[in-house]
Amino acid sequence: MQDAANLSEYRKQLRQALENEFQREALDKFAVAYRTSRANAFAGIDAPELIAEIAEAKDASIDHLMELFEEFKRHAEAAGTKVHLAATAHEANEIIGRIAQENGVKTIVKSKSMTAEETHLNDHLEGLGLDVTETDLGEWIIQLRHEGPTHMVMPAIHLSRYQVADLFSEVTHKKQDVDIQKLVKVARRELRPKYCQADMGISGANFAIAATGTIGIITNEGNGRLTTTLPRVHVALAGIDKLAPTLHDALRVIKCLPKNATGQNITSYVTWITGAVPCASSPDGKKIHHVVFVDNGRLAMARDPLFKQALRCIRCGACANVCPIYRLVGGHKYGHVYIGAIGLVATYFFHGRDKAKNLVQNCLNCGACKAVCAAGIDLPTMIKEVHARIQDEEGHPLYSSAAGAVLKNRTLFHTILKSARLLQKPVAGGGYLRHLPMFLFKDHDFRALPAIAEVAFRDRWEKIRPRVAKADIKVALFSGCVQDFVYPEQMEAAVAVIAGKPGVAMEYPIGQSCCGLPLMMMGEKKAGRELAAHNMNAIDAQGFDYIVTLCASCASYLKHGYKRLFEDDPAMSFKAAQFAQRVMDFSSFVRDVLGFDAASFAGPSKDVTYHAPCHLCRGLGVTEAPRALLRDAGLNYLPAAEEDVCCGFGGTFSVKFPELSKELLRKKINNLKATGATAMATDCPGCIMQIRGGFEHDGTHFEVRHVAEYLAARLKRK
Amino acid sequence: MSTSPALVDRLTEKAGLVSAVVRTVASMDEALAYVAETCDAKEACQILASGCDAPLSGTAEALCATKQQKIVCAPDLPEDEVAKLTTLCEARGIAVITKGMRERLGGIDIALTMAAAGIAETGSIVVRSTDEEVRLATMIAETHIAVLPESTIMADSYDFEPTLVEWMGQAPNYTAFITGPSRTADIERVLALGVHGPLELHILILEGK
Repeated sequence: MQDAANLSEYRKQLRQALENEFQREALDKFAVAYRTSRANAFAGIDAPELIAEIAEAKDASIDHLMELFEEFKRHAEAAGTKVHLAATAHEANEIIGRIAQENGVKTIVKSKSMTAEETHLNDHLEGLGLDVTETDLGEWIIQLRHEGPTHMVMPAIHLSRYQVADLFSEVTHKKQDVDIQKLVKVARRELRPKYCQADMGISGANFAIAATGTIGIITNEGNGRLTTTLPRVHVALAGIDKLAPTLHDALRVIKCLPKNATGQNITSYVTWITGAVPCASSPDGKKIHHVVFVDNGRLAMARDPLFKQALRCIRCGACANVCPIYRLVGGHKYGHVYIGAIGLVATYFFHGRDKAKNLVQNCLNCGACKAVCAAGIDLPTMIKEVHARIQDEEGHPLYSSAAGAVLKNRTLFHTILKSARLLQKPVAGGGYLRHLPMFLFKDHDFRALPAIAEVAFRDRWEKIRPRVAKADIKVALFSGCVQDFVYPEQMEAAVAVIAGKPGVAMEYPIGQSCCGLPLMMMGEKKAGRELAAHNMNAIDAQGFDYIVTLCASCASYLKHGYKRLFEDDPAMSFKAAQFAQRVMDFSSFVRDVLGFDAASFAGPSKDVTYHAPCHLCRGLGVTEAPRALLRDAGLNYLPAAEEDVCCGFGGTFSVKFPELSKELLRKKINNLKATGATAMATDCPGCIMQIRGGFEHDGTHFEVRHVAEYLAARLKRK
Repeated sequence: MSTSPALVDRLTEKAGLVSAVVRTVASMDEALAYVAETCDAKEACQILASGCDAPLSGTAEALCATKQQKIVCAPDLPEDEVAKLTTLCEARGIAVITKGMRERLGGIDIALTMAAAGIAETGSIVVRSTDEEVRLATMIAETHIAVLPESTIMADSYDFEPTLVEWMGQAPNYTAFITGPSRTADIERVLALGVHGPLELHILILEGK
């Protein structure tokens, strides 16, 4: 459970988590295995179609939760179930505590429920003097250790067999073997008497079907079936968002959830319970059956046009499985109760701003969670939005509002950059900043930082702009800050390549400024809007067929981010849509629009590996164009392991969390080296800054260049 | 009503992938003989599997006392079939019971149930378990053997949906999709079978029924 009081305390906790070698290795292994098993599980299934269906159906339910609740209650009560609605977590706990007391309950067995974790139900029940035992193996282990889950589906993934053996030795007062199969059997036998003795069983519910008043529970271990069968009282606790109109909604989710969670086709047990079923230990032979729905912020979320999307979550945990940060630090530091990307959002609504304020900053915006989500939730956008809201509520940190003020004023920003060029002179050498006063940057010395270029691209443009007599295509070039001021040679290379096709008129609208993504990362939404409006004025979209950028992050933000910024402003939203329609990344433009192919290039073969920038492969869905171009240019493209996993730059992220950025970069560099190549291409200047800086610091000779530079060098001259 | 061989094959393949044993049987008699033989071949108490030899706490240890003889429980089997099964089992010293599962929480050897449907897509069987004895038998037994009439095998869960909706409408109702034996991967993601429920699931596809 992440509970840091401030960001520096949170960073300290993260550093400790990084030192947990077992956890990191376990999560790494899982992350790699998960990709394969998920792909296998979805083989032959149209996953995007299924995900879109789930999203649509969930959205429809979210708009009618109270009606669904009434319908569920009617049917369930007719079948002998008592149905409750708790406004808060505390109220839910009180209802369950009362049910226990009214029925003379002393001992309770529980099957896994994230909602019960959310409400801290066990603490409440134990406070009433009740004896509560978790029966899911992972949950039992963490209960015995007095900690929370580190994963929604695999609560004890952070623990080794040695730790479990020690724990079980303590519990049984007998020395246990370090053998997983045996440990599982010990748990089986130790837990069996608990079911026999329990007066009450508590379960979660994966589904609550309004049409019949049925709850659906999915488990692998089968503990859900024992928990709901043996004790005379059964209470199911569910978030009100688990309500769905029909069985079909649940069956559809089941087709996706286990596959997305662990790569399983289906769980071993899917249990459908309707009404008060026969129960021999109950006085009248019928189960005393209650279903408790909890709101705890969900109904407010359902009314929020942006965040209602988060209620689509089916709790598969996949967003954690693919998160590069979760993989490094684990769920205790990448969540409060709910972990992973959805946890960053849910924490704010269910557990409050204080618990969420540090957590939400720890997102790279790499988009891996969005790409894997079983319900198509735009998690990165929501995480940034929560961050922005918290800053609006709590006040913006000085550095953040200062950045907002500077970036939205292009003249001021560019003047500062130009002065920085002069100031860096004593420390710049060979294109990098050297001899930095390291006490200022002690956490940042894992990569060499580039120096600002002598002459910015915007100051080179008039000299190099190609004059085109008859233009068939009009292109606006968008440089982004890094290519403009740090790597202008990448822009020059792009200009040379594009000029290789006749009839393309290029323009560099000089009023353009930073795309604004860094502001979004810092939660400065207001300044971000002003900057977006500024850029849309500086580049009159109607005057161009395409707006081409070599920066994957800028491209993705210009294309998708601008529209979202103006969702509540119809006129600006229309303008942003017009603008977005013309935005294209360099590789796609060169290959798909200009039609460059193998005939356009010549040069000796050379081994080159590739790094897929998050904002290109996931942000824009571009995967083929850059790789095909490299091959067409006569290069021998050697794929690297985890090519599309973030390099750890994440723009402002690497400044805020250098320790994490460093680790991600280390993994990236190892994967690149393992290809045997000594050159790498990519489509994002931020990734180049990170990876090139990493190799430079490492002292390894490794060429890191933009795809445009490789193409320009190999372009056939006419 | 007949089921295409493709569905039988698919169910067999998918169930096999999750460690279920799938056989076809020509008649109920053959199924009953299979149950008796399986139980006969089984150790009285699968010591290692059930954890009897593990260093246990006193309470967990005490459960062993509830189980002295090999037991087959067949809670939803028609009376005449129960009689046949009893004859087959008695000869081998195995007790056949149809109820009283709450007295047997230490475990029984085999639960024999009649599956109501099969779902080929996932290799699942559908067990109507509103009857508490069925619910418990299929969880307490070390081996669960289910007889699945061939004609009830459907392609996927959507095909089964109308039937399940009908059952849910006749509340109270407790229905389970069972896919392979009980399993966990909670310790170091290493697969272990039989954590709370059966260690083995056998599906006997009853031909022509």
